Amino acid sequence: MSAQPLVDVSDVHFGYGREPILRGVSLRVPRGSVVGIMGGSGCGKTTLLRLISGQLRPRQGAVRVAGQDVPSLDGEALYGLRRRMSMLFQFGALFTDLSVFDNVAFPLREHTSLPEAMVRDLVLMKLEAVGLRGAQALMPSELSGGMARRVALARAVVMDPMLVLYDEPFAGLDPIAMAVVGTLIRKLNDMLGATSIIVTHDVHESLQIVDYLYFLAGGRVAGEGAPESIRATPTPVVRQFVHGEIDGPVPYHYPAPGYAEDLGLAPARGDHRA
Amino acid sequence: MPKTWASRRPEAIIVLEGSRQGVARIGRHFIDLVWRVGALSRFLVLVLLASGTSFRRFRLVVREVYFEGVQSLIIIVVSGLFVGMVLGLQGYETLQKYGAQESIGVLVALSLVRELGPVVAGLLFASRAGSAITAEIGLMKATEQITAMDMMAVSPMARVIAPRFWAGVISMPLLAALFSAMGVFGGYLVGVVLLGVDAGAFWSQMQAAVDFRYDVLNGVVKSFVFGIAVSAIATFEGFDAPPTAEGVSGATTRTVVSSALVILALDLVLTAFMLRQG
Amino acid sequence: MERTTLDFWFGAFVLAGFAALLVLALKVGNLGAETPSSTYRVQARFDNIGGLKVRAPVRSAGVLVGRVAEIRFDNDRFQASVTLALDARYGFPKDTSASILTSGLLGEQYIGLDAGGDDKKLADGDRITLTQSAIVLERLIGQFLFNKAQEDAAPSK
Repeated sequence: MSAQPLVDVSDVHFGYGREPILRGVSLRVPRGSVVGIMGGSGCGKTTLLRLISGQLRPRQGAVRVAGQDVPSLDGEALYGLRRRMSMLFQFGALFTDLSVFDNVAFPLREHTSLPEAMVRDLVLMKLEAVGLRGAQALMPSELSGGMARRVALARAVVMDPMLVLYDEPFAGLDPIAMAVVGTLIRKLNDMLGATSIIVTHDVHESLQIVDYLYFLAGGRVAGEGAPESIRATPTPVVRQFVHGEIDGPVPYHYPAPGYAEDLGLAPARGDHRA
Repeated sequence: MPKTWASRRPEAIIVLEGSRQGVARIGRHFIDLVWRVGALSRFLVLVLLASGTSFRRFRLVVREVYFEGVQSLIIIVVSGLFVGMVLGLQGYETLQKYGAQESIGVLVALSLVRELGPVVAGLLFASRAGSAITAEIGLMKATEQITAMDMMAVSPMARVIAPRFWAGVISMPLLAALFSAMGVFGGYLVGVVLLGVDAGAFWSQMQAAVDFRYDVLNGVVKSFVFGIAVSAIATFEGFDAPPTAEGVSGATTRTVVSSALVILALDLVLTAFMLRQG
Repeated sequence: MERTTLDFWFGAFVLAGFAALLVLALKVGNLGAETPSSTYRVQARFDNIGGLKVRAPVRSAGVLVGRVAEIRFDNDRFQASVTLALDARYGFPKDTSASILTSGLLGEQYIGLDAGGDDKKLADGDRITLTQSAIVLERLIGQFLFNKAQEDAAPSK
């Protein structure tokens, strides 16, 4: 790991209502790497992405991207930072009223005044990289889920960002599309010299492409390490998730502190509360 | 930018819900109404602040005028024609009792230019274009397109909301004028062509009674105000819609209902104001 | 390709809208037809203008020759000062008289001009000196009753 990480999250606390979701999460993403953030549903993975991209502000703790303190940025500065990062949404979030070509060209046309011929070259280049140059005239409604995700991927990297955030890039895809998207994420990251953060609960696919993995549980980092060490981890929470065991320390329900003890001590109260 | 403004309602609502249900419900609706008016005003200010892009890149507005104005043309033209014809028939029926059939042009033109043109065109516009705007923005929000745009450092207010707002403000007076003109034509068809009122008397009496400034221009002012109101409500409801299917459909309904109420209420206020002035 | 069609429709829509406005203004309304290109203004003082309003018609021999442009209260003479905008095409002698009349029994009030015999014409800024105020129904009835009472009282003495 390099001395100065691109993304540095330290001791971040956050919650939407009274219930805290993140209670002191720290992670560092070095430049050029692909880092995965894994955890069960509702553990705050997506929230963490929103904190990094400045959509949300933490209650406590610091979020620094490329040396800038994200929560303290005002509208202009935040937009300045966002021009150098991009985000791939769970279902692609393609603009439904624009064609595939126009979708990919959108950031270029909004932020640059490049001549149309150059826009065309850049867009076709990115579309070729995701294998969809032939689909440029289609509308998003005519695409399959996997194709939409690949177009969204092309759109996310069209400005050659320094940081790409992926929110559940594998959700709802068949195994082939999943493998395609996974390979593309890795390939594009290395090709563009970008840095990627992947939020996912797909163990198999993400372990194949990430350099480093953080595992969130109960609003904290429960485990971290390179893929091999995660596979062989002794931490029960992480092992249960990675190997998909039904029974284990991770609660199915909304994470709460001391849930396991609570359940073990007083099952009658648990009944009552349900 | 907050995701759903509705999630930030004052806690007073929760307190009220406790005891007597009926009173509590009325109180809640009232607080909700006050809250909405406040949020809508704040939203309108944000839209106006973000309007620079709409005029620098007018093509964005042109595109929305096509969807909001041009696509509403057929319903406006056909309804205007029918309303004018009905006014002609009904007016003739009543006026001929007093031997004043020639005044039918006056009746049709004044009711259309002063009231029915702006109001009915406004109601039609709210249900045709307003609901479409709300549904479109709500859907863009539900499919994370709005957030995606925000993440690309493109302001959704400037790129999505403001062009739709201004397109509505531009379209509405034109649609109302078309509605009134078609209505007068409908009245002419029934009165002169069908019922045989003298064409010269029809037009000359109309021209003597309809004043350009006090009738025609006031009608335009009305439709302009309605355009602002409907566009603001439609974009606000879409932007504020919970990002779910039910959320979007509820917001669409609210757009039509509140637009209709606001148009009629504003019409009363504006009419009172204009009559006093005249 | 698609953009030009869009522009076409936008243009067509805007043109249609403005054409409708033009129709409303010229054909339906009175813009052009009833607003004379040039007018001249004359003043007239009345003791009582009744229900006369701004923009009320000014007629002579039943023909519309102008409109009431302004109504003010003259605080020195305690009279109403009415400004008439008359069509420049029509000229009236200096000793023309103005009276406030009612069209029909309950219709709107207008100003009627009766031309005099003077050789000189009224010009912009002149004043019509011969005026007759509006007939106020209550006063008329009151006067009638008063006269009636006097007539009844006189012979008995």
